[in-house]
Amino acid sequence: MEIRPIVSTLLRSKVSLILIGLQIALTLAIVCNALFIISQRFASMGRPSGMDEANTFTVSSSGFGQHFDIASVTQGDLAMLRSLPGVKAVTPAISIPLSDSGWSEALSLSADQKTPTAPTAIYFVDEYGLDAFGTTLIAGRNFKPEEITRRAPRSTQWPTETIITRALAQKLFGDANAVGKQVYIDVKGAPINIIGVVDHLQMPWPHGVSRSADPTIVDYSILMPQVLSFGNRGGYLVRSEPGRRDELMKTVETKLGESNRGRIIEDMDSVAHIRALAYGQDRAMALILGGVIVALLAITALGIVGMASFWVGQRTKQIGTRRALGATRLDIVSYFLTENFLMTTIGLALGVVLTYALNLWLMSNYHSPQLPWFYVPVGVVCLWTLGQLAVLGPAKRASRVPPAVATRSV
Amino acid sequence: MFTYYLRLGWRSLQRNPILTALMVLAIALGVGTSMTTLTVLHLMGSDPIPWKSDKLHYVQLDNWDPLQGYDDDGSPPDQLTYRDAMALMQAGKADRQTAMYKISMPVQPENPEVKPYNATGRATYADFFAMFEPPFKYGGSWAREQDQQHGRVVVLSDKTNEKLFGGADSIGKHVRLNDNDYSIVGVLDTWQPRVKYYDLTNGSLSAPEGFYIPFTTATELKSNSTGNNRCWNNANSGWDAYLESECVWLQMWVETDSAAKLDEYRSFLDSYVTEQKKLGRFARPRNNRLLDVRQWMRDQKVVSGDVEVQSELSLAFLTVCLLNTIGLLLAKFMRKSGEIGLRRALGASRRQLFAQHLIESGVVGLSGGVIGLLLTLVGLWIVRLLYSDFARVATLDWPMVLATIALAIVASLLAGLYPTWRACRIVPALQLKTQ
Repeated sequence: MEIRPIVSTLLRSKVSLILIGLQIALTLAIVCNALFIISQRFASMGRPSGMDEANTFTVSSSGFGQHFDIASVTQGDLAMLRSLPGVKAVTPAISIPLSDSGWSEALSLSADQKTPTAPTAIYFVDEYGLDAFGTTLIAGRNFKPEEITRRAPRSTQWPTETIITRALAQKLFGDANAVGKQVYIDVKGAPINIIGVVDHLQMPWPHGVSRSADPTIVDYSILMPQVLSFGNRGGYLVRSEPGRRDELMKTVETKLGESNRGRIIEDMDSVAHIRALAYGQDRAMALILGGVIVALLAITALGIVGMASFWVGQRTKQIGTRRALGATRLDIVSYFLTENFLMTTIGLALGVVLTYALNLWLMSNYHSPQLPWFYVPVGVVCLWTLGQLAVLGPAKRASRVPPAVATRSV
Repeated sequence: MFTYYLRLGWRSLQRNPILTALMVLAIALGVGTSMTTLTVLHLMGSDPIPWKSDKLHYVQLDNWDPLQGYDDDGSPPDQLTYRDAMALMQAGKADRQTAMYKISMPVQPENPEVKPYNATGRATYADFFAMFEPPFKYGGSWAREQDQQHGRVVVLSDKTNEKLFGGADSIGKHVRLNDNDYSIVGVLDTWQPRVKYYDLTNGSLSAPEGFYIPFTTATELKSNSTGNNRCWNNANSGWDAYLESECVWLQMWVETDSAAKLDEYRSFLDSYVTEQKKLGRFARPRNNRLLDVRQWMRDQKVVSGDVEVQSELSLAFLTVCLLNTIGLLLAKFMRKSGEIGLRRALGASRRQLFAQHLIESGVVGLSGGVIGLLLTLVGLWIVRLLYSDFARVATLDWPMVLATIALAIVASLLAGLYPTWRACRIVPALQLKTQ
C-alpha cells in the first residue's frame, strides 16, 4: 500500500486533519482519566467492611428526660433481642463501619511519645460484638463477659483490653504478633492491652480520614469492651440467621416499641442500605463519568463517519478514476482505512501528551494518584479500532463507486 | 434579509438531514452535559446571602496541640471551644454575634395522634435570626434577655409547626422537647438556603433544623452536640470538665457593619489570644481567622472536588463536540462551493454570504441549544437521582436557562466562523468553470 499519496491528500486538508486530530486527542485524554477515576471509585466500593452485610441491621432508641434509665433499658433490650428467634447475635453499637459518624482517636506505642503512630476508629461493643459484626478473629481471644463495662457519660477513661484490626496491627507492630502488646490512647493514662486481632473492620467514614491518605487507613479500627450510650440514645447492631433479616427487622421494631413507651425507636436500617448511602457519591461519580465517556466516544465516532462520508462524496470522481485505472474495491477500502489510521495516529500522539497533562493536573488539584501505565496503550488501541470501525461504512460506500464515474464530466 | 437567510439556512440543513441531525446532536449533547454540571457547580458555589455575605464572619482560633497542627495545610480548627466561645459572647464586641451547635432532641407532641420523634435542632443566640435572616411566619426571635435567663423558649420551623399544630399560629403555645416544656415565640416560614452555610462543619447540604432554642438553655440541660467534636488533650471526665476542655465543637459567627469594626474585632481577637497565652493556653503561633461567608464556603470546599472534576471534564467534552461541529460545517460549506460561486457571480457580496452562512450555523446552534436545554433537564433529574442531597442545587434556574441557549448559539457561531470564512473566500470564476 502506497502511503505517500494519502499523506499528500491529507496535508491538503490540514484544517480537517487538525480538527479530527484534536478531537481524538481530547477523547483519549478524557476517556483514560475518566476511566481511571471510575476504577478508583469501584476499588473503594469493593473494599470489605468486615461485616456480614447481608444479614445485619441497626436500630436506635432514644428515651425522654432526665429520669430515663438508659443502663437498665439497654440491658432489657439486649436480653429481649437475643431471645428472638432468627437472631444470631446482637451488640450495643452507636456506630458501625460505613455509618459515616463515629469516634476516632490516635494511638501511641509508648507513654513518652510526642506524636501518635496511627489514627483509629473506635467501636464500643460487648462480648457479642465480633459475632454481631461478623468479623473473624485471626489471633488472640474475644472479650469475656466480665470485661464489659458501661462507659460513663463524658468519661475520658479507657478500658484495659482491646481488639484491633489486622491493618492496624501491621501499622503498629509490622509482622510481629500484636496480641499481648500495648497501645496508648491517652499517653498520661494506663496502657491498653491488645488481646485479639480481627481480619477486617472498616472505619465508619467510607473514605477513612481523607481521600488522599493511605487507603489501608480505612481499616484502622479498634474494639472497646464498653457499652456506650449518647445521652438517652443507644443503638444496637442485630445480625440475623442467613436470609431472615427483613422478617427480623419488622419484629424488632414492634417488640422494641412495645417494651417501653417512653422512647423513640428509629434508624431501623439494613447494613446493605447503609453501604449504598456511604458510597452514593462514588457511584454517582462513576455513572456520570461513564455517561460522559459513552457520549464522547459516540460523538467522536459519528464525527469520523460524517467527515469520511463527505470526503467520499467529494472524491467520487477521483475514486472512479482510480477504479477505472485498475484499483480493486479492496484498494479503495484500504485507502480510506489507512487514511483514517494516519489521522488517528497523529491525534493519538497528541492525546498521549494531553492524557498525562490532565492526569498531572488532577494529581496536583484533587490528590489523584498517578495514571497506571496500561491505560494509555489500551486507550490508544481502542481509539484506533473505533476510528477504523467508524470509517468502514463510508469506505465501503466509496468502494462501490463505479469506474464509469470517471468518464462523466460531473 | 434575515428571514430570507434563515429560510435558506433551513433549506440547506434539510438537504442533508442526517448530517444536520449529527451537528445538532453534538451541540445538544455537549451543551446538555456541561450545563448540567455547571448548574450544580454554580448553585453550590453561589452566594447564599449576597446582600450581607461580606458582613458575616466566621471565627476561628488556634487552640490546638502545639506538637501537631489541626490540619495539614496549617488551618486553625474549624470550630471553637466552649471557653473561647463564651468569652467572645460575653465580650460582645461585634454588632451581632452568635455561638451555636447542632443538637437533637425527642419531640413529644401533645396530640396523641402524632408519634414522638427525634428532631434536629440548633442551640444558638437571639442574634442568629437577625444575622442569617430566616423569614418568620408567626412571631419572631426570642429577646436577648432570654439568652441570659436560659429561657425555655423555642422557634419552630414551618415543617415542625405543620406537624405539631397543623400549620396554625402556635405562638404562646408550648412544645415538649426531651421532657421539658418550651414556649413558642416564633415560627419560621419555608427557609431552605441552598447551602447550609452557617454550619458547614456538619453537612453543607443537610436539611434545615426543626427547631431553635437558646444556647444557654441547651448547655444548662447538658444537651450533647450531635455535630462534629474534636479533642486533642485528654481532659477529666464529666460535662463540666468537657466545657473547660480544649475540645472544639461550637461554631461562631460575628456580624460587623463596617470594615473599621471588622478591624477592631480582629484586634480584639488578637488581644484575647494574647491574654489566653499568658494563662498557658494557645501554645501554637497566633492563627486567628475571620473569613466571610464566601471565603468560608471556599475554605470548607462546599463545591466538592467531584463536582469540579465533572464540570471540567464536561467542558472538555463540549470542546470535542464543537470541534466535531466545526469539521462537519466545514465539509458541508465546502461542498456547497458551486452554489456559493454561483451566488457570488450573480452579485452577492462576501458580507452577504458571510451573514447567510453564519445564520445557518446559528440555526444549528439554536436547535442544539433547545435540545440541549431539554437534555440539561434530564441531566439534572439524573443528578438528583444519583445524589440524594442535591435536591436544592440540581435545579434549573433562569439565568442558567438563558446561559444554556446563549452558550449553544455562541458555540455554534464560533464553530461556524472558520467554515463560513472559508466558504466566502471561494473564487466564483473557478467554481463556475467546473460546472
